[in-house]
Amino acid sequence: MAGFLLILVAALFFPGVILRTKSIASGRKGPGIFQPLKDIAVMLRKGSVFSDTTGIIFRIAPSVALVSVIVAMLLLPFAQYKALISFEGDFIFFAYLLALGKFFMIIAALDTGSSFQGMGASREALYSMIVEPAFFVLMATFAMFTGYTSFSVIFNHFYITGNDYVFIYSVIGAYLFIQIAMIENSRLPVDDPKTHLELTMVHEVMILDHSGFDKALIHAGTYLKFAMYGSLIYNLIVPAGWNTPVKVLMFFIVQALFAVVIGITESFRARNKMNKNPKYILTLTSVALIAFMVILILTEKLI
Amino acid sequence: MVNSTLFFIIPVLSLLVFAVPKHLKHYFTLLFLLAGMVLTTSWSTGILAGSAGIREIPLFSPSYGTGITLVIDNLAAFFILVINITVLTGLLYARGYLAPYHQRMPSFRFSIHYFSYIWLWLSMLMVVMLREGVAFLIAWEIMALSSFFLVIFEAEERNILKTGISYLIQMHIGMFFILIAFLLVQKATGSMSFDALAGYFAVHRNLPVFLLFFTGFAIKAGFIPLHTWLPEAHPAAPSHVSGVMSGVMIKMGIYGIMRVLIPVQSDLFACAAIILVISLLSGILGVMMALVQKDLKKLLAYSTIENIGITGIGIGLGMAGRALDNHMLALLGFSGGLLHLLNHSLFKSLLFFSSGSVYRAIHTRNMERMGGLMKKMPHTAMLFLAGSLAICGLPPFNGFISEYLIYMGMFTSLPDATLYQSILIIGSLIGLSLIGGLAVFCFTRAFGIVFLGEARSETVNHAGEATKGMLAPQLVILVLILFIGLASPLVVKPVFKLAVSIWDLESQLFIRGTFTYNLSQISLAGGIFIVTLAAVLIWRSFHLSRRITETGPTWGCAYTAVTSRQQYTATSFASNYSDIAKPVLRTRVQTEIIGESEIFPRKRKFEFHSEDIYKRKLVDRPAGFISDLLKKIAMMQTGQIRHYILYAFVFMLLVLLLSLFNII
Repeated sequence: MAGFLLILVAALFFPGVILRTKSIASGRKGPGIFQPLKDIAVMLRKGSVFSDTTGIIFRIAPSVALVSVIVAMLLLPFAQYKALISFEGDFIFFAYLLALGKFFMIIAALDTGSSFQGMGASREALYSMIVEPAFFVLMATFAMFTGYTSFSVIFNHFYITGNDYVFIYSVIGAYLFIQIAMIENSRLPVDDPKTHLELTMVHEVMILDHSGFDKALIHAGTYLKFAMYGSLIYNLIVPAGWNTPVKVLMFFIVQALFAVVIGITESFRARNKMNKNPKYILTLTSVALIAFMVILILTEKLI
Repeated sequence: MVNSTLFFIIPVLSLLVFAVPKHLKHYFTLLFLLAGMVLTTSWSTGILAGSAGIREIPLFSPSYGTGITLVIDNLAAFFILVINITVLTGLLYARGYLAPYHQRMPSFRFSIHYFSYIWLWLSMLMVVMLREGVAFLIAWEIMALSSFFLVIFEAEERNILKTGISYLIQMHIGMFFILIAFLLVQKATGSMSFDALAGYFAVHRNLPVFLLFFTGFAIKAGFIPLHTWLPEAHPAAPSHVSGVMSGVMIKMGIYGIMRVLIPVQSDLFACAAIILVISLLSGILGVMMALVQKDLKKLLAYSTIENIGITGIGIGLGMAGRALDNHMLALLGFSGGLLHLLNHSLFKSLLFFSSGSVYRAIHTRNMERMGGLMKKMPHTAMLFLAGSLAICGLPPFNGFISEYLIYMGMFTSLPDATLYQSILIIGSLIGLSLIGGLAVFCFTRAFGIVFLGEARSETVNHAGEATKGMLAPQLVILVLILFIGLASPLVVKPVFKLAVSIWDLESQLFIRGTFTYNLSQISLAGGIFIVTLAAVLIWRSFHLSRRITETGPTWGCAYTAVTSRQQYTATSFASNYSDIAKPVLRTRVQTEIIGESEIFPRKRKFEFHSEDIYKRKLVDRPAGFISDLLKKIAMMQTGQIRHYILYAFVFMLLVLLLSLFNII
């Protein structure tokens, strides 16, 4: 439960930190840290416009996507505090649940009958689906490393295994989770949320027609997803054995750092060419495979 | 005994379908099937529940020879249940689907159709119950023949007839392999029966005979590269037949593979590796090819291959578990495979039935001519959506449960695996997760292009919802899908027991109960998901009721589409993917590029093709070669009697000479 609540709190300031970082890096004054939340509040106050073409799918999809993220958050632990729902193989459920949300957002884009949104849907479908193997190989590496198959137990045992090389996994794992989070949330270098031309958009073009309440849900889902991956990264790099107040502090520091990393990446890096994206994403799987090779060496199965 | 009279009465009774008036044939078939299903289902549930042991029914005991005995063990009982569910829902659906044909087709055609349907069902039951080789092959042959007649229901279309004949030929190639395998066993042991396999495998090398059986059964099951009949036959058949063929008939191949795997004693790991590699290939290539199809039913047919691949991955992992004496892996692999088989029979028949309703409404299977059908047929759309979600393995539907079991088999066995095993497992893991991802891509495309957006052709505007009679059986399937998805502990436990008893695994593994806990947590999370979703949706409708909501055209970036043909199409949705997959799929685009000097471009065509290279290399080329050869030989067929006398004379001379030199 602690994990769930902390993610909720972190999600409040996460997008603001990204924004602030970007505005500082580009020398602008920029909006305040809670501007994204205010945006959501504005959207909640507004009415909605629906396209005549759309039907029920378009209307329920944002809710499904948000709920899938919320339920996925229930699976994440915070240090030694077990997640609300924890069972063997819960990360499989985690991945497939997020895919369910994606599924609905993709068909909602197709529901509008617009070729822009169809284009975005097609891209999003491809990118978020070929990132799947990277996540599973990474989790397989952790399962092999700790001997367990549940988020809560894996992270709890991560630093107790007595293996000195745990550091390697923290680094590779953190790197991969950052990349996966960027792809899942459609950020640079795969997609640029601030682009101004529909032809170059991926995620933004998918949600062009959503307005008001539904748009607010979509944004809330994105923020929660960021904080959720931040919590995964936190669990990887902070040992579960520390004092609880220190850990809570560390949790927010890790989340803030994660947001700053995203902000800096987005400030100084250009977006990939669209047709280079699949290769870029599949590279993540090879990075995960390298982690897997390392574990084979460590357990003396290879060499 | 009663049973041996049954053996003669059933065929005679099924012939009665020819005598029944046209409008009653369906009810006759239904009655016939129901009677048999009540009987067989009660037998198999008894066996699966453990209250009855293996049931042996001597059918036919002549004064000489061994006679025929039906044996229902656990494995057969499981398959009987799977067969009965889909065959029954298929028949219920068929009534509405075939209604338009009633006017224009003669009564005789319907008789043949229903007669074949009855015999397809009977032969599948026979296949899983018969152990004796010759009897098994006869049942296998009846299955191929009856499904052939079902496929060519609309035989006046030349293509359908051609497809049917190609199907029949490929089925016989498969049967030929099985026959050879049986003959090898008979030569060594003197008995041509599945029961003799254990004796054979105890003394001889296991791999060659297993491979023969595997090849034969894999043609039926549709493993790549032996799948070439499947994407042709499924679209050609009427939809209820495609549902039954894809849902259960191809599973008879899996049944055969399992039946042969049970007695295998050595070369276990080699068998496991072969099954795994072939299954991964089928899974990945199946979904990759499904993704570029424009024909809705062909897409479903390729996705069948993908799902056979997933089932095969489960079975392969189970075999690996047996080879390594890792009972947990064996249990999870086998039960994941078995459960996926059941799941697939449910959601694939649902998808075929609902796409059949689409075909009935707009008379085309080309996805580029569809779009916006959800407004015309909302119930069918919802059913298709549920089927799509289930087939992608998304929670809280049933596909997730079986894929979860297979995944868990991989993850739990990783820590103790050796190098080669780890490589095999990690390979399957990447494969399975890739299949999962691409399946989502494939079915968002199928559902989105067919049911959402604007209509891409005029015919869609005249479409109407399917009749209640067609929707009801699909609803039944949907209930079963949700039941397995949300109440998985109730379903998985019997499947575990089944796997334990078939492969003689250590039984404390499932008594330990952690898996029941895991599955109940999945149900809990699924429940939370549904409740939260309902809450958010209620909040949403409450919220929207107090705000202004307007409708307008889709935002078109200041240029709203002039025609609905400007929407994203099935081809364009897959285009970024088909660029990557080009080396595998051999996709080709035919169009003229607009030249620089061309100020007002002329009218042009754009064509997109994808090719099944296995079909070209394994079927079209050899078939072309043989028909060329036969054409050359046909030169001898002059039609002049003196030439034929000459041939006879040469032949006799040849025989004489050969026997003179003691060659024959």
